[in-house]
Amino acid sequence: MDIPASPSVVLCRAVCKSFRGKGHAAATQALDGVALTVPTGAMVALVGPDGAGKTTLIRLIMGLMPPDSGAITVLGHNIVQSPHAAESSVSYMPQKFGLYEDLTVQENLDLYADLHNVSTRERRERYPILFSMTNLGRFSDRLAGRLSGGMKQKLGLACALVQSPRLLVLDEPTVGVDPVSRRELWSILLDLVKQQSLTVLVSTPYLEEAELCGHTVVMFQGRILAEGAPQAVADYARQRTFHLATRPGVQPRRVAAAWLTNSAVVDAVPEGGQVRVVFKTPAGATATPPSVPDEPGFRGAGPDVTVFKEVQPHFADGFMVLLRQAMAPPRDLPASPGGGAPLPVSARGAAPPPPQTAAMPSAEPVVEVRDLVRRFGNFVAVDQVNFQISRGEIFGLLGPNGAGKSTTFRMLCGLLPLTSGTLRVAGHDLRHARASARQTVGYVAQKFSLYSHLSVRDNLEFFASAYGLRGRRRRQRLAWAVAEFGFSTLLASATGRIPDGFKRRLAMACALLHEPRILFLDEPTSGVDPLARREFWKRITAMADEGVTVVVTTHFMEEAEYCDRMVIMMNGRILAQGTPAAIRQLGATAAVTEPTMEDAFIHVVRRDPRRSSSQAGT
Amino acid sequence: MSARAKLAKPRRIFAMSRKEARQMLRDPSSIALGIVLPLLLILLFGYGLSLDAHHVPIAVVLEDHSPAAQSLFGAFAGSRYFRPRALYSMAAAEKLLSAGRVDGILRLRHEFSRELAAGHARLQYVTDSIDANRARLIQNYARGVIAAWLAQRALTHGWREISPVALQPQIWFNRGLNSRYFLVPGLLVLIMTLIGALMTALVVAREWERGTFEALFATPVKPGEIVISKILPYFGLGMTGFAVTVAAARLLFHVPLRGSLLVLILVAALYLLVALGMGLFISTRAKNQFIASQAALLLTFLPAMMLSGFIFDLRSMPPAVQAITYVLPARYFVALLQTLFLAGDIWSVVVPNAAVLLVMAVLLLGMTRRLTVKRLV
Amino acid sequence: MNGFWRILALIRKELGAIIKDPRSRFVVVIPPLVQMIVFGYAGTFDLTHVPYVLIDQSRSRESLQFLSRLDGSGVLTRIGQVDNIQQARPLLDSRRALLIVQIPRHFQREILLGRSADLQVIADGRNSNTAALAIGYLNQIVSRFNSSIPRRPAASAPPSVSLRIRSWFNPDLLSRWQITPAIIGLITMIAVMILTAMSVAREREQGTFDQLLVTPFTPLEIMLGKVAPPILIGLAQSAAIFLIVRYWFQVPYYGSAGAIALCFVLFIIASAGLGLLVSSISSTMQQALLGSFAVVMPCALLSGLATPIANMPRAVRDITLLNPMRYDVQAVREAFLQGATVRQLWPEFIPMALIALVSLLTASWLFRHRVT
Repeated sequence: MDIPASPSVVLCRAVCKSFRGKGHAAATQALDGVALTVPTGAMVALVGPDGAGKTTLIRLIMGLMPPDSGAITVLGHNIVQSPHAAESSVSYMPQKFGLYEDLTVQENLDLYADLHNVSTRERRERYPILFSMTNLGRFSDRLAGRLSGGMKQKLGLACALVQSPRLLVLDEPTVGVDPVSRRELWSILLDLVKQQSLTVLVSTPYLEEAELCGHTVVMFQGRILAEGAPQAVADYARQRTFHLATRPGVQPRRVAAAWLTNSAVVDAVPEGGQVRVVFKTPAGATATPPSVPDEPGFRGAGPDVTVFKEVQPHFADGFMVLLRQAMAPPRDLPASPGGGAPLPVSARGAAPPPPQTAAMPSAEPVVEVRDLVRRFGNFVAVDQVNFQISRGEIFGLLGPNGAGKSTTFRMLCGLLPLTSGTLRVAGHDLRHARASARQTVGYVAQKFSLYSHLSVRDNLEFFASAYGLRGRRRRQRLAWAVAEFGFSTLLASATGRIPDGFKRRLAMACALLHEPRILFLDEPTSGVDPLARREFWKRITAMADEGVTVVVTTHFMEEAEYCDRMVIMMNGRILAQGTPAAIRQLGATAAVTEPTMEDAFIHVVRRDPRRSSSQAGT
Repeated sequence: MSARAKLAKPRRIFAMSRKEARQMLRDPSSIALGIVLPLLLILLFGYGLSLDAHHVPIAVVLEDHSPAAQSLFGAFAGSRYFRPRALYSMAAAEKLLSAGRVDGILRLRHEFSRELAAGHARLQYVTDSIDANRARLIQNYARGVIAAWLAQRALTHGWREISPVALQPQIWFNRGLNSRYFLVPGLLVLIMTLIGALMTALVVAREWERGTFEALFATPVKPGEIVISKILPYFGLGMTGFAVTVAAARLLFHVPLRGSLLVLILVAALYLLVALGMGLFISTRAKNQFIASQAALLLTFLPAMMLSGFIFDLRSMPPAVQAITYVLPARYFVALLQTLFLAGDIWSVVVPNAAVLLVMAVLLLGMTRRLTVKRLV
Repeated sequence: MNGFWRILALIRKELGAIIKDPRSRFVVVIPPLVQMIVFGYAGTFDLTHVPYVLIDQSRSRESLQFLSRLDGSGVLTRIGQVDNIQQARPLLDSRRALLIVQIPRHFQREILLGRSADLQVIADGRNSNTAALAIGYLNQIVSRFNSSIPRRPAASAPPSVSLRIRSWFNPDLLSRWQITPAIIGLITMIAVMILTAMSVAREREQGTFDQLLVTPFTPLEIMLGKVAPPILIGLAQSAAIFLIVRYWFQVPYYGSAGAIALCFVLFIIASAGLGLLVSSISSTMQQALLGSFAVVMPCALLSGLATPIANMPRAVRDITLLNPMRYDVQAVREAFLQGATVRQLWPEFIPMALIALVSLLTASWLFRHRVT
């Protein structure tokens, strides 16, 4: 054991890595001169948009890939020369958790314990701790494949902690996991760092999670933009962050969408019934927001906004400022690496934005669900669910993994027969409706359901044909999709090889070709970086303004703010239903006077008497 | 640390093999492929498939109604190879042959008994030769029946047989020329290829596709241990398939085992290692289940069926095709199986063939070990 | 009419996916052709090369005459000459020789005396089919030799019988004529079943199947769109392989063009139906592949391709009635060698059509009623 007493656990210097493109595609520079230090006992978060190089950096540190150049030292071992030197002291949890789905919880744990040479005595001490920490004890005989996303993630962590590592490396451990499970994971991690002086390196697309770490590293296009305490990153947005209160009856999401188009604005999101705006330049000494140029089509500064108030910047605000600065050329909306060209707001291109007050959803119900029940054997996945969705509404389905959201969603789309109850989408049950009824519906699945062998053009043309578009309309709609989503340079590329951000856009474009009146979106933003999420919601807001009804499931609580109405589901039942403001108020307690959506969600879910049984997942 | 890692090696291998065995046993498709399909094959080959014809329907056209003709008809009726049907016009018989209702026509013309009395009779025999192999066998059976009939007549009339050369055939190793005796042992080559190569072709590719290798590579497990742990469970399953097939061959179908069981087991284990080596090598190279399965089908299974000498004799193939068979391990195993079951421990067969298998096993497993690097990409 | 355009789009997309992906393109083009050529040569029961060891204890004019016939047959090849069985045995044991031919000491004397000389032949029975064929060849040579020997008229000579054999449809009894046409079915069935089963399973694994169900496609349209491309590819493969059999292996084709075409069409539809059936009960590509394999394997063995159906026991023969390849093998052979026309092949075509219909209907029912 000849490890020099080094204060840093991981040391990277001038690390570069590029990937050869397949076929005639150009090589991509995944990492470009990265220098990183992870001090002993620290908890370091790697954040950045898709394609920033987070996963590549982690794999290089784990010795799973050789760097093109540069030096990497882990626990005093030179990883470039001997990639496996440090492996017995480092635990790693990759994106897919590395679990064998056809082994039970106990068998997975035993396997990793054996591989890490954990003795029987150590196991006797360690297993009870791991089980109580993760609440997995009762499920030790269950196959890992049958666990819910949150449980899998905890099992992955338990497998990584079955030895006492000196360094724990986690790659996006919370993607696809509901907020309750995410909070539990983070509290486990924070305890570990505090009690066992463990060093943790974690990558995440969730900006609020970065705030929990002592040290954050912002990555973008293979380079490190900034690093330091979360507050240091947040400070980049100091004096630039404001809350805008909107006039009663004006939806914050519409105002946010309008402000995002302005070149003076870095970021605008609905938050707590208001709009949070981050400006490009700092405010003056008077704490008033910078003047906003009057740009064509921009009416955000108009009569809809009543009050500006400067607020404390969050990590996310500083992150957005950094990213916008790093993007060249500075445009109003970014070409994020996973994103591409800037996008106009309207789904119809030149059409003027609709009046912001007149777009209240009409009362005419487009989706009606009454006493909906779905059983799988003895298991009741959806239990007496009722709701109605009006035309032009954005309707959110929220809930932890296994709450029955996806089952409900699949029944709405006609993919799954219902056990009992009634269900009407635009007056039809889609499962038995004739083809014409499905003509009005668009569906974007959680995984990009695209034909990866086919080119972008082939995918578009296939779905155009599938929806029966022909002649002039077909040409128009295809031209619209190409222009709207910026596919012009990609048309001939195989879909499997274009960046994830474009795949997501293509899936969206394919579902929109036939101008559906109702759009179903299943976790459209899971694992998506903040930039792409903003872009996505801007589009959805514009479509709702045109009268398209949108039904969406999401794990991001702050995204619930974009909805007109929402339900929170748990154990197959609806726990709460209403506008975001009404739901938010459910989280109010004596201690929390201004509850966030996440507070409300966790409050509602924990209040549910049957919560404990939900751990089983589906 | 390094000393501790080295000492604990058997434990890691055991843990990894146990994991692999559990995955194998829990996947219904591996049970179907590893156990149900072999059993089905044994029963099919044992009971269903045979190259030996019996009770072949033929038409005997009796244009001659003499006692000699009746007696010849009786000889055919008494043979277990034929089920003759007496007809009186050639046209009717040809119609039956065209319709596939009979497989051959024996025509005894008006002058049959007259010619026979004169010393030499000419018979006409027509076969449906769409299945040429069967037609040839049936023709040989027919010759045999006629020769036996002549000999019987000669005996009863006190005539002396004077064909200048009389063939006295003797068949070694399979006196009754029972095709089951070579098809059932040959089946071992199919079953062990199925388990050894086709099933394992997917196991490494699956870990790549499911992303489990990434977590595994970050543990202290050694590449060699990964390879060994993939071999052991499938080796166990393959040897189980071997035991079941040998037991069925001996007990159900009474196939003789003239060589020693020990040599047979050793040789089978050797071939199984080669098959595992092929499967794992393909899987490690392909990293994709679809491609791996196609490659395994094309490179291992179909050759084992067509190019091994299991059904079709290698000697009859053109030199170019024969040259291909020398690269395929199945041909060496089939030679060993047929010899050990029917002929005995003939070292001049066992030693060279086993040596080739040994070299192949070492090469394939060695290459697989070299290809297994704890690196992504 | 909209449905028609939609199906067309689905077919075009499926074909595009196969043709544009280099690996799929390779899989549908090269292996079938290579298999046909290699297996066409490998799949023969004819013996073209019978190595034998000679023990000539006679060393006479007569034995030389006999041996010149033996060696002039073009089939038997003498690999050595030894003095006794003990010396010959290792050559047989090690499979270098297939036969031991022993000419007895008194061979010449017996023949000259008008008696019968025994020719001892020992065959390696490890492959019983080969042994039987080799002895059959030898028998023919011996009887030709016998008839060439001038016979002295003897009062007590028993009558002899000569068998004049006519082999309908395959006069030279070439087993290649019997096997190569039948292999067309085996190769296309493997390709068509796997393509069909995998294309549905791939959509399931990639999540695009749900997307299809949400579009205006009806389940029937999806099924037709999924089945048509493998059928088209199978037909192209059949046509290409047919040409190889006809012109490379020179197997004569006497049937009508319609007969073989209809046979291919029906058999390929039935294969696609079975592939669809497999895919409707499997959820991963691996299961689809292994499932297809588990169907193709017994179908091939019970088709009469390698071992005749007539040799099977009754119960097994009844099972083969459910096997589409059985009818295909029969119909293709009849079309090639017997010159069958469509009219004569109805007994084969109707069961194939029924199997196709039943498998497609069952698969479509399963698609509708499968709970995901």
